[in-house]
Amino acid sequence: MKVTETIEIEIFRYLPDKDNEPFFKSYKVPYREDWVVLDAINYIKDEIDGTISYRWSCRMGVCGSCGMMVNGEPKLACSTFLKEYRLGKIRVEPLQGFPVERDLIIDINDFMEKLKAVKPYILRKEEDEKPIEEGEYLQSPAELARYKQYTLCINCMLCYAACPIYSLNSEFIGPAAIALAQRYNLDSRDQGRNHRQEMIASHEGIWECTFVGECSVVCPKDVDPAAAIQRAKVSSTIDWFMNMIMPLSKTK
Amino acid sequence: MTTYRKPVSNTWWLERKQYFFFVIRELTSIFVAGYCLFLLFIISEIGDGQEKYTLLILSLKSPISLVLHFISLPFILYHTITWFNLTPKIMKLQIGEEIISEKLIIGLVYISWGILSLMIFWLILGV
Amino acid sequence: MAKSTEPILWLLFSVGGMISAMLFPPLIIITGIIVPFGLEGETTYLFEKLHFLVKNPFVKLILFFVIALPFFHWAHRFRFTLVDIGLKPISFLISTLCYGGAVVGSLLTIYTLLRI
Repeated sequence: MKVTETIEIEIFRYLPDKDNEPFFKSYKVPYREDWVVLDAINYIKDEIDGTISYRWSCRMGVCGSCGMMVNGEPKLACSTFLKEYRLGKIRVEPLQGFPVERDLIIDINDFMEKLKAVKPYILRKEEDEKPIEEGEYLQSPAELARYKQYTLCINCMLCYAACPIYSLNSEFIGPAAIALAQRYNLDSRDQGRNHRQEMIASHEGIWECTFVGECSVVCPKDVDPAAAIQRAKVSSTIDWFMNMIMPLSKTK
Repeated sequence: MTTYRKPVSNTWWLERKQYFFFVIRELTSIFVAGYCLFLLFIISEIGDGQEKYTLLILSLKSPISLVLHFISLPFILYHTITWFNLTPKIMKLQIGEEIISEKLIIGLVYISWGILSLMIFWLILGV
Repeated sequence: MAKSTEPILWLLFSVGGMISAMLFPPLIIITGIIVPFGLEGETTYLFEKLHFLVKNPFVKLILFFVIALPFFHWAHRFRFTLVDIGLKPISFLISTLCYGGAVVGSLLTIYTLLRI
């Protein structure tokens, strides 16, 4: 295919070893119908400006590495087609709400810490542990359906970039972490909800959320973290009442 | 290593359409509180007897009352519609393996609203 | 706000939100369109009926919830909005004013309903 058309891409650049101030650099890349933003950036790196830094891996929307702001919207660069922006300019920036290390690379330590903080693994009461010989914990399809949607998260952080609350306050535990906690809380094999409540029901947990709902809108995997958070609010409220009525009984 | 943090201004909600409508949605609560106060006024006048009631009806016809009502109604309706549309997110109902469709839940909420509204019209205006 | 009070505040917000979402539109249509424009038709006994209704204790109880809970809906929502618009440094003051306002509104409701 003869490529005569080009499209202009403006990319956020930040080179801390050279200059404390970030700047935007414009590049003209070939316009191809089937190219995604990642293709364009790879072309820039290969042919025009090798100094540009960014994360990417699978290029098919399953690894969660290439999250970026494209014209102000959080997107996966590998799943965002150039032809959507055919008539204008494309502006690429690092994911909103995170400290920028260099160019399009953000510091994801806060996010990683939050994922760990919700104890994302099956927790069982000691007396309910089964030895290996007795086989696996069985689960019906209905029980799986309760939490399956929350297992689909690819940790791409688009939801954090979309959440204005997280941008205003990075103490907020955030959509993906809460969805992950719910993934275990709603898993019939898990008995560890109480252990997660301290993080989830804290002031920087679910109660910071004002249900803007953008997290679910931008999620590339339809995890629907907004719903996970609202459901957590409901169950935490029920807990609160149960605690008032029966303070000495231990729920799950 | 020096990282860069893009500053977040207090007008962050003007920068994206979705954020703007979110703040509008939140501000509908002001009209809710306003109408609560108005309801108290109405109840008070009705309870105080025929004379006060007649004056109340007159004041409902006044320009300022009409203007405030016409401004409040779209905001309150925006509250209603956004509230109803988000209802399925708060409660995911599951029967067996099937998760009940969001559209069904929303439909049921709107139908309940229709029935409740008709009951209010019937109760107050009587048939 | 203490972590132990957020659930109840959220619950009040939710119930108040549902009540105002369901009941306020038809009421506004009545007080803002139907009655001012005289569309209510035959209303010889409208005053008597409404007067009887508002004086009924059971109706008063319902009216209390219909008015007081939306006050708390406003308080919770407005508090978070103000904090997000940049008033986070005074968030404790904001919470006090908002929920305090809702309490005042509820007391005003009780006073009005008991007075008539």
